[in-house]
Amino acid sequence: MILAVTDLTVSFDGFCAVDGLGLAVDEDELRCVIGPNGAGKTTLLDMICGKTRPTRGSIRFKGRELTEMIEYEVTRVGVGRKFQTPSTYEDLTVLENLEISYPKKRGVIGSLFFARDGELVDKVDAVARRIYLAEHLHMKAGSLSHGQKQWLEIGMLLMQDPELLLLDEPVAGMSPRERERTAELLSGISAGRSTIVIEHDMAFVRMIAHKVTVMHQGKVLAEGTMDDVQHDERVIEVYLGG
Amino acid sequence: MAAEDRNGHDRALEAAGLTALAVLLLSVPWALDEFRQQLAAKYLCFAFPAVGLVLLWGYGGILSLGQGLYFGMGSYFMAMFLKLEAAAQTNTGSALSQFYGSSLPDFMVWNSVEVLPWWWRPFHSLSFTLAAIVVVPPLFAFLLGYANFRKRVGGVYFSIITLALAAIASIVIIGQQGYTGGVNGITDFKTFLGIDILSGGVKRVLYFVTVGALFAAVFAGRFVLASRTGRILVAIRDREDRVRFSGYNPATFKAFAFAAAALLASIGGALFTLQEGLASPSLVGIVPSIEMVIYAAVGGRLSLVGAVYGTLLVFSAKTFFSEHFPEVWLYLLGALFIGVVMFMPSGLAGFAERLLQAARRGLVAAGSAPAAPAPKQVEAK
Repeated sequence: MILAVTDLTVSFDGFCAVDGLGLAVDEDELRCVIGPNGAGKTTLLDMICGKTRPTRGSIRFKGRELTEMIEYEVTRVGVGRKFQTPSTYEDLTVLENLEISYPKKRGVIGSLFFARDGELVDKVDAVARRIYLAEHLHMKAGSLSHGQKQWLEIGMLLMQDPELLLLDEPVAGMSPRERERTAELLSGISAGRSTIVIEHDMAFVRMIAHKVTVMHQGKVLAEGTMDDVQHDERVIEVYLGG
Repeated sequence: MAAEDRNGHDRALEAAGLTALAVLLLSVPWALDEFRQQLAAKYLCFAFPAVGLVLLWGYGGILSLGQGLYFGMGSYFMAMFLKLEAAAQTNTGSALSQFYGSSLPDFMVWNSVEVLPWWWRPFHSLSFTLAAIVVVPPLFAFLLGYANFRKRVGGVYFSIITLALAAIASIVIIGQQGYTGGVNGITDFKTFLGIDILSGGVKRVLYFVTVGALFAAVFAGRFVLASRTGRILVAIRDREDRVRFSGYNPATFKAFAFAAAALLASIGGALFTLQEGLASPSLVGIVPSIEMVIYAAVGGRLSLVGAVYGTLLVFSAKTFFSEHFPEVWLYLLGALFIGVVMFMPSGLAGFAERLLQAARRGLVAAGSAPAAPAPKQVEAK
């Protein structure tokens, strides 16, 4: 088990967005989290990556407590986060976006004297090819298409090489063709690491998930294989059937 | 295709800008009289904080409205050293000085300060003074910046804090007349290590030192911007939240940029005092601080060398207008700022870049026209 979430609770002005949630993710597992809008899925990821501080509860990643860390510390211990809206550095080129994400020399002085070495060049090359952007290395991220930006952000995570990857709706706003390529990409990159994916698209979830967690009103409603949860009566009632 | 560097600037244009500036500045001592040369030296001292603001504001996205504070630190540290040297040599107020058994700076004697304050004492030493000029302002700026940026205080709030600090500093200096010289500042010193700094030859040497230091500052800035730290500053400027999830602590990078800008401002201040023979609270407060931002804005806040041009242009306009239109010169200066903001939103550097691009397009169009003698046209560029 690489990630253990217990009794996780957060309330905003009395509203419990996540309420006593427990979740365990194994090594190399690809977990999909589904649920209706407002179920607390994104808030859950926000708490794992340090963006939101929980009111109560614990998140242990490889035995380390994440709730006490700030964002960049969580990133440094090996958790990577992809946001719902593509967030790349628009004024930098694809190459520079990838380069910045390379997890070495993250201090000011180290960065000042940082020089590209062969290892970095190879890695950027490999990642760029993987995310279908090898031909666009010198293009500003701001001028990429929506789908390409999503890929670039996944590429930035690949440069970081996290042990736990958090993806928030990675296919949102993509064309069917892009969707397919992204599914391919995801099954490729989730090998050798644990991944949590939030997704609404059921066909996509079926394509990639090992195990599915259904959230509802800040709690876990059901957990199991896609077939299990699809036949769970409570799930059908609040979500699939609705 | 035009070659661009990592910040999207035209390499040829930047090289031309630097070369022209070097020629311009190095010819000043021969082209102009001593008075004008002294003016140019003064202007150049203010280009240091402007270059720092390009790093801090243009690339780091942090607008400091209080760079006068750091300019003032450098200026006052240098003035303290020079004043102590002057006090040790001259007989100004000698009767009183001898009475107190020490050579105090004249303004202290006038204000009945009897003992040199402890924090003045180390400024007897030149090496301490130089170290203070290059260490204290950046260190102060780093700590101040880090404390704020770590708590995610930024944007307008941070600008106001910097503004308030500059205002406070000038008020404190004016209020503590016995220790700081008050509103008159610290002045009336003529030697630096026994060398007469008012002689023409020495002034010329100091002018060249200033030009050299300014070019060093511009090149140091280019080094920072071309490095990974420069990329991260741009990333922070555009998307600070995201940078945290790339594993960086934005607070240290922002504080670093603030410290670098403070260092440049301080060096400018020290050189100013050495050449003008004056440290004054009127160079510390809000007005000079905001003027420094204007120099950077006029030059183009994304161009280091542009900031130098911006400073020179604003000062030259100031001098020209005040000499030729003494009644309305401030209005004319105001009109100049409005004109720059309206017609050159990215400053002189951005304007030059646009002109060059238009010229290139024109040449390409002419070159591709069937009847035009293409090679000649391109060479004419």
